Amino acid sequence: MSAATTPRNPLPPHYPRGVWDEMVGADGRVNPSWAHVASWLDGLTPERAAATTAEIHRLLRENGVTYSVHGAPGGEHRTWQLDALPWVVSEQDWKTIEAGLIQRAELMDHVLSDLHGDQKLISGGWLPPELIHAHRGYLRPCHGMSLPSKRQLILYAADLARGPDGRMWVVNDRTQAPSGSGYVVENRGVMTRAMPRLFHRTGVRRIAGFFRTLRETLESFPARAGAREPRVVILTPGPQNETYFEHAFLASYLGYALVQGDDLTVRDGCVWLRSLGGLEPVDVIVRRVDAWFCDPLELKQDSQLGVPGLLEAMRAGNVAVVNHPGSGVLENPGLMSFLPGIARHLRGEELILPAAATWWCGEKKARDLVLSKLNTLVVKSIHRAPTFGTVFGGSLDAAGIAALRERILASPESFVGQEQVSFSTQPCLNNGDIEARRGVLRGFVTATPDGRYMVMPGGLTRIAGSQDALVVSSQLGGTSKDTWVQGTEQEPFVSLWSESEQLQTELDARNVPSRSGENLFWTGRYAERAEGSARLLRRAVLSFVEAFGDDEDQLSRHREILMSGLVGITNAAPIHPEERFSAVSDEEEVISLLSDARRPGSLAANLRSFRNAAYAVRDLWSPDSWRVIEAVIREWVEEDLPSCNELDDYTDPLNRLILHLTALLGLNLESMTRDAGWRLLDSGRRIERAQFLLAVIRNFLVEGRPSSEEHLVMETVLAASDSLVTYRKRYRTHPRIELVLELLLLEPNNARSLLYQIQRLTGNIEGLPRQDQGARLTPEQRILVETGSRLRLADVSLLAATTNGKRQRLDVFVNQMSKSLGELSEALTLTYFRHAERPHFLRG
Amino acid sequence: MRYRIRHRTTYRYDVPANLCHNEARLRPLDLPGQRCLSWKLVIDPEPEFHRTRLDSFGNHIDYFSIQRPHPALVIAAESEVEVLSSGQFSFEAGGPWEQVRENLLASKDPAALDARAFALPSPLIPVLPALADFAREDFTPGRCILEATSALNSRIFRDFKFDPDFTTVATPVVEVLENRRGVCQDFAQLMIAALRSIGLPARYVSGYLETLPPPGKPKLVGADASHAWVSVFVPGEGWLDFDPTNNIRPGERHITVATGRDYRDVSPLRGITVGGASHSLKVSVDVSPL
Repeated sequence: MSAATTPRNPLPPHYPRGVWDEMVGADGRVNPSWAHVASWLDGLTPERAAATTAEIHRLLRENGVTYSVHGAPGGEHRTWQLDALPWVVSEQDWKTIEAGLIQRAELMDHVLSDLHGDQKLISGGWLPPELIHAHRGYLRPCHGMSLPSKRQLILYAADLARGPDGRMWVVNDRTQAPSGSGYVVENRGVMTRAMPRLFHRTGVRRIAGFFRTLRETLESFPARAGAREPRVVILTPGPQNETYFEHAFLASYLGYALVQGDDLTVRDGCVWLRSLGGLEPVDVIVRRVDAWFCDPLELKQDSQLGVPGLLEAMRAGNVAVVNHPGSGVLENPGLMSFLPGIARHLRGEELILPAAATWWCGEKKARDLVLSKLNTLVVKSIHRAPTFGTVFGGSLDAAGIAALRERILASPESFVGQEQVSFSTQPCLNNGDIEARRGVLRGFVTATPDGRYMVMPGGLTRIAGSQDALVVSSQLGGTSKDTWVQGTEQEPFVSLWSESEQLQTELDARNVPSRSGENLFWTGRYAERAEGSARLLRRAVLSFVEAFGDDEDQLSRHREILMSGLVGITNAAPIHPEERFSAVSDEEEVISLLSDARRPGSLAANLRSFRNAAYAVRDLWSPDSWRVIEAVIREWVEEDLPSCNELDDYTDPLNRLILHLTALLGLNLESMTRDAGWRLLDSGRRIERAQFLLAVIRNFLVEGRPSSEEHLVMETVLAASDSLVTYRKRYRTHPRIELVLELLLLEPNNARSLLYQIQRLTGNIEGLPRQDQGARLTPEQRILVETGSRLRLADVSLLAATTNGKRQRLDVFVNQMSKSLGELSEALTLTYFRHAERPHFLRG
Repeated sequence: MRYRIRHRTTYRYDVPANLCHNEARLRPLDLPGQRCLSWKLVIDPEPEFHRTRLDSFGNHIDYFSIQRPHPALVIAAESEVEVLSSGQFSFEAGGPWEQVRENLLASKDPAALDARAFALPSPLIPVLPALADFAREDFTPGRCILEATSALNSRIFRDFKFDPDFTTVATPVVEVLENRRGVCQDFAQLMIAALRSIGLPARYVSGYLETLPPPGKPKLVGADASHAWVSVFVPGEGWLDFDPTNNIRPGERHITVATGRDYRDVSPLRGITVGGASHSLKVSVDVSPL
């Protein structure tokens, strides 16, 4: 597809010439596949460029597309970076890339099978034994293991870049657990929203078909006897991992449970998921945990990320682990020097995609050559080791060269020397300016159910950090680009889900790991706890900045009551424990309760816990729910509310927070199916709402007060429990204690009342899976029946009565209710959140 | 010689373990000079799941899992093994050690290709210049490999003190070298490290040694222990064993159970329990001639 007229070269004068550029040829003419991008760039104002970049950033942020950087302070989750300009690849170029990647995947698959089988490549002299045995990805216990499929390498990825000869070269192979495909989907989603016309005009191929094939392949593995289809799970190291976002994304995109090592257990040589519905068989594990960590019995003993007995379950043929745990052996740059020979030997073919000339230092001749021209080569470890990055010999002084030489000689089999290659540039938008950057494209390959390979028509492009940078970091992070592969024909729209497939609306309890259930429960609890304290704190803020009445004494007395209640209700640790005798002003106390994340019980601390719980079940939120969660996290957890110096500044953020948390509840009610996960989330909210209400009553209403004071206090109680308007509409009178208690405790139609929470909890718990189907009540039901009856039998006028200035009966009643709810929470934990106990290593 | 070997391991947990996964490498190998005549493994409580296989070194592995609460675990292995005295070899066999190294790299013989992996460092055995220097005191230029290896075997016996209190299973080889003390496992790993550091393939052997009671005293049941020694590869000759702890070439009194790159590959038992917080361990080994 080419534009009607070849567009003008839109590159600015400072754009470097003389390097192979993807968009503009050496003759200054625009490459036809880039025609529409060039037209878009031509006449682009800096303002428009900046606006596009900002729009892309906003979309990524809203979708919560993040990656994590290890050890970066405060950088736990950073927003993913995406450049406004795609890398456009012509149909012609793509044909070569596609054929080259398939050829390479087939070769890699052969090498993988061979090395874990009879090792003919070693005995035939095609691979030296040291290159394999010295590599950390070669795991002895995996020898002899194979997947019950035609291909052993299911997922493969390669980093490609255009070399000085204009061909695409292979820079790295990724076989352990290739990452990045989830980010491609996100990039694509954002680009089609930010640049819909450009995307359409360029004629870009779609990528959904790749994931559909991947699903078909994963589901072609055998299922446990009696099951219609295999259960697939995605095994992640957890939210601390730098690509956890992608694990969660793929789990929800493909429709599989996201699990961590101790969500799984091996019994009878089979793998089981600890789900809300009990132990459920697992047939296929998509492994995003490094192989070395995935079975502490046979591999890394102290790994907390694995599943003891997993390898034996694989050997017994009861589970397929994808990729094969031995596949890391292929991530070895030393293989590059032997692959051309293997291709000729096995297939009589040359490699379609060349790689930079590579010399493995384990061989004397190659080692001598590398050592003789260290200053012109790139030296790499054969391992993907963080301890030794890529070293450019040209950048070292004499002492550096000597040290490198010594290092190589100490364990020559661990190093390769590689010819330094200069790769092509392409334009990108940086602060509204067009700049040249070198780019590397990660292409993705999946095996198909019938044992062929399929390449995703697209990929993840990453670009160098600056105009003169030669290397593109292989770590994720930095800036990415969407990769647009041109196609001549209109492709039919492919849905990820096949036509015949019934849309599974109900998330089966048997597919929800117990851990996820627990995190949903605590997300609900923390959201509600935060919402309650936010309402109370808003009341406190208002008491400083607005007058609720005219009587000065009365106001200050009210503030005093409010302050004492605040600490009691939030159960916050005291401020400045080391200097508790120094006076803390009320304003300081309120600001601390709002914003001091290190103070347990503060609003900021609750929201941090809310973030952690919600993020741990990132795969289960609808996009809308996540947008709301993301908005809360952004304002209250990730930023330090920079504009807030004075109490007054908190009013707007508090209003927004309450709105968001209420909206989240609404979304959960309206757009989540009533499955076990939802029931636990809602139960968390209900228990917490009830507990908060009881704490408010205990702290404000147990003590009897003069009626003028009590009016204000009751108003505060009603405001904190969001029942002020309801009260006024219903009773059209000043707050009276009996009526307030009636509304808050016993009114079944008030969504804030204690009775309402008990009813909701009863409904939720009825719908949770239970172990024994007998007529007997479960412990949770027993607690609820007992608590509900006691509540219904309560006499409000007796509870309201004071003796010696105190409502003794109310105090006892509230404490009883609160204790029962605590027991309910414990009973739920015992029944549904069975945690694997910590494993211990035995030796004898 | 024929032996009956009893190897009994008892774990007791302070609170019952709910689930355990175990790998046992306890079954003696069948080798040119050794035959395993009978073999029995009794596990108490009886495992719900039990499978046997060979690992990539050719060792026998019993994998089993116990899936119900158990306060203790007893693994009792019993075997009858016949050991033939190993043939004599001449110190000149194999030729100069440097030549052995060259031949190894040039050889297409499957055994030689297989042996090359054992010249590389392994998780517990590093390859270091200090260890190469240590080896070169005996591996002088042009010296025949077996003569030099015997000399190294004797030197470790002579210069190192047997001291069960000094080391643990986790003591690094370098520390053993510096302090000149340790147990059979340390001496074997040190000798292997020295051989590998000058490019020669060496592997770790675990098994049993028949111990003889002091003159006039009866032999105590259970007083024996697991033992470890070294095997070095010489093209044409194959793997030849040396025992630096006793300054001998293993013969009729050594029974081989497993071979590997280092202790980690051959540990008699390893397991993961869930629950059972902490445990005590008791091992008794009894090697009696028949």
